Amino acid sequence: MASITLTHIQKTYGLGAKGNTVIHDFSAEIMDGEFVVIVGPSGCGKSTLLRMVAGLEEITQGEISIGNRVVNQVEPSERDIAMVFQNYALYPHMSVFDNMAYGLRIANKPLDEIKARVAKAADILELSHLLQRKPRELSGGQRQRVAMGRAIVRQPQVFLFDEPLSNLDAKLRAQTRLEIQKLHRELGITSLFVTHDQVEAMTLAQRMIVMNGGVMEQFGTPEEVYNRPASTFVASFIGSPPMNLLKHAPGLAEGQILGIRPEHLEIAEHGWAMKVDTVELLGAERLVHAQLGNEALTLRLDASLKAPKIGELFHAMPKAGCIHHFNAQTGKRL
Amino acid sequence: MLSLGLLILNGDKKVIFKSSWLPWVLIAPQAFIILVFFFWPAAQALIQSFQQSDVFGTNVEWNGLENFASLWRDDTYLASFKTTAIFSILVAGLGISLSLFLAFFADRITRGAWVYRTLLILPYAVAPVVAGVLWLFLFSPSVGLASYMLEKLGVQWNALLNSNHAMALIVIASVWKQISYNFLFFLAGFQSIPKSLIEAAAIDGASVWKRFWTIQLPLLTPTTFFLLVVNTVYAFFETFGIVDATTKGGPGKDTAILVYKVYFDGFKAMDLGGSAAQSVILMFIVISLTVIQFKYVERKVNY
Amino acid sequence: MVERNPWLTVFTHLMLCIGVIVVVFPIYLAVVGATHSSQEMAQSPIPVWFGSEGLTNFKTILMGEGPGVTTQLPVSRMMWVSLVTALCIAFGKITISLLSAFAIVYFQFPFRKTVFWGIFVTLMLPVEVRIVPTYKVIADFGMVNSFAGLTIPLIASATATFLFRQFFLTVPDELTEAAKMDGAKPMRFFWDVLLPLSKTSMAALFVIQFIYGWNQYLWPLLMSTEERMYPIVMGIRSMTAGADSQIQWNLVMSTAILALLPPALVVVLMQKWFIKGLVDTEK
Repeated sequence: MASITLTHIQKTYGLGAKGNTVIHDFSAEIMDGEFVVIVGPSGCGKSTLLRMVAGLEEITQGEISIGNRVVNQVEPSERDIAMVFQNYALYPHMSVFDNMAYGLRIANKPLDEIKARVAKAADILELSHLLQRKPRELSGGQRQRVAMGRAIVRQPQVFLFDEPLSNLDAKLRAQTRLEIQKLHRELGITSLFVTHDQVEAMTLAQRMIVMNGGVMEQFGTPEEVYNRPASTFVASFIGSPPMNLLKHAPGLAEGQILGIRPEHLEIAEHGWAMKVDTVELLGAERLVHAQLGNEALTLRLDASLKAPKIGELFHAMPKAGCIHHFNAQTGKRL
Repeated sequence: MLSLGLLILNGDKKVIFKSSWLPWVLIAPQAFIILVFFFWPAAQALIQSFQQSDVFGTNVEWNGLENFASLWRDDTYLASFKTTAIFSILVAGLGISLSLFLAFFADRITRGAWVYRTLLILPYAVAPVVAGVLWLFLFSPSVGLASYMLEKLGVQWNALLNSNHAMALIVIASVWKQISYNFLFFLAGFQSIPKSLIEAAAIDGASVWKRFWTIQLPLLTPTTFFLLVVNTVYAFFETFGIVDATTKGGPGKDTAILVYKVYFDGFKAMDLGGSAAQSVILMFIVISLTVIQFKYVERKVNY
Repeated sequence: MVERNPWLTVFTHLMLCIGVIVVVFPIYLAVVGATHSSQEMAQSPIPVWFGSEGLTNFKTILMGEGPGVTTQLPVSRMMWVSLVTALCIAFGKITISLLSAFAIVYFQFPFRKTVFWGIFVTLMLPVEVRIVPTYKVIADFGMVNSFAGLTIPLIASATATFLFRQFFLTVPDELTEAAKMDGAKPMRFFWDVLLPLSKTSMAALFVIQFIYGWNQYLWPLLMSTEERMYPIVMGIRSMTAGADSQIQWNLVMSTAILALLPPALVVVLMQKWFIKGLVDTEK
């Protein structure tokens, strides 16, 4: 187990003036045993970052250390890490056992040790009865577990996950999320998990890095990120439905943006006047989409409350202490 | 040999290995063989085509373009050109039409398709020279079944004396041999047309025949074009065995296709300069055909 | 297909049967011819059903004795030459092409593109176009009338390299990365991962190259001046060298059957891979 330290990381493709910089001056420290999620939209550079930690991409500038060792020039197989790929990357012609044992075989580990380690990993992931099958005979979820088994077997210092749940259907995704959580509780290995799905980030992370356009927007616990977003980007990216961001609101100063989460608006006798556009019933909740002036707003109300009708005018008030202010130009939190 | 069709010329892997010496070691065997047995002789052919040497090879003079010029003036060479052109048009044309016909029907059945396919593949396994022998037998003036039946129909068959008969013989043998190859490609072409297109056309009221002409055939254009080039190259080069087994270029020189003439002039008549010049011209023709194939077929297939 | 007209199906089968009969007829006739005596094959019209001399004929040509044999060499020797040639060409080509394709696809090195095009150029020029000078090179090496001379120049072309290159390009990058993370060095990856995945391509190529090697005619014509190095396709040609009326058709047909049997077996038994290899590379 070890910490991961990224110092002033920059990644540029191409040379000189035609170079394309995808990661700008990124620094972060991940503690020993921590489960950190890097979350962001497609193209924000999160996978590139992960691959630089893995050694699959060159580091243009900056340093990456695993444990106390600078690993910029170290081969992937020498970094004592293991990676779970988005498309599983299982060797199609090898059995589940051979897939998991391959790395150990190359390292010339004795057969007994290989068998023991594979058996233990298979046990944790409930794959023991599938050891002789080939990948094409397995379901998506099972393949994903084999991919994780391959990583566990190496007993590395660091686990890297590259959007491993993206190719699973919704139900399987939820299930596998729980399994990953359980795994981390049991093994406690430092993990770096990349995803574009904020639900995965919120549920899995001990701390999370929100990334956008190659830049770190915020690095904090899920609570911090949710309750005190550092920028409008983070505010609208985390939370579903996203936080309402208003340029004009009663009592709002010039050059500021007001943020209020849909669940923090309550219907009141007096307050902000708005008109109902559409209403969506989700079962336990109701989403009311309304117009405040010429800006759109969403409210999340309990389904048992009486709902305003479409076209109706009503009032709502934000809950105390739940208002966020952002600089309109930089997007940063005030 | 162009027997393996289209190639993806662009496309590189992004994930590679780093080594300064390994790739060279891996390439070495093929590079060595290609340099010694391909580029070196090809360069020599080029040089020889500009030279004139006597039969013993001891006296070599630089001839410039004289060899090429004399080929141009040589009636037998020009005749050989014409012969080869007629030959390849016939072989390509017949070969493609007949296999298209067979593939069309093979595509329509499901049961027993493999039986037909297995039997139709057989000519691919037969060497051109053996194919020549088989058809020589069939058309043998004395015992050939085909010549027997032609005689009954009033045609006196003799490929040794009649140029048209000789040409017909080599064309038939060549087309027969190539049917398997063309058939397989056309069959694959038919099967790659989405069934939904055919069904939509049927619902629109198109008959089998109309569907063939307006939907299947146009969609088979890339395959057809590709096979056109391959069949032409086949007719130019791989039919040597057929000619040597049947007509040996005769009667006279009437079926001496270009590749046969290169062989004859180089090894029987010992005209090395002339043979080399002919080789160079042949090289040029093949390269042009290949370039055409890539420029047009690749573009057409990429929709 | 779409129509369910039974007459259409009958018609289709009829057309196919006619086509197949026409195509298979020469081969059928060869089998017939191989089973009759030379007298029976010298009269016109020849019989169209099988005779009883098959065993005798085959023994005659294989042993090289008996009536009407024009070459001193038994066909069994010629078949051996053909077999060695075909196998050497097939295995030789597959091996060196696998290595070259691996280098071209999975490595970056100076002149990579040049090497690629250099190999590509060989695709365009079959041996028939460079016969005179290639012969001279072989003669200079003293390789005339040898298996080396018969096979090595034919391994030079690039068809196999391109088939493998194309296939390697479809192997997912993630597999390579996973192997790297597992600690695999390039040749380890090649042996453990790439080769097993290439089995189908190798099988397809084997069929194509075996047939190519077995059926080679022009090159052995130049290379083999001694009869003991004649492949069977040359042997059969020399049997038809005489005047039409003097050809021993029954023996010629027996030889023809032997000449086409091994390639035919290879094609039919390995049909699936062969067709896949042939057709898939077009796409």
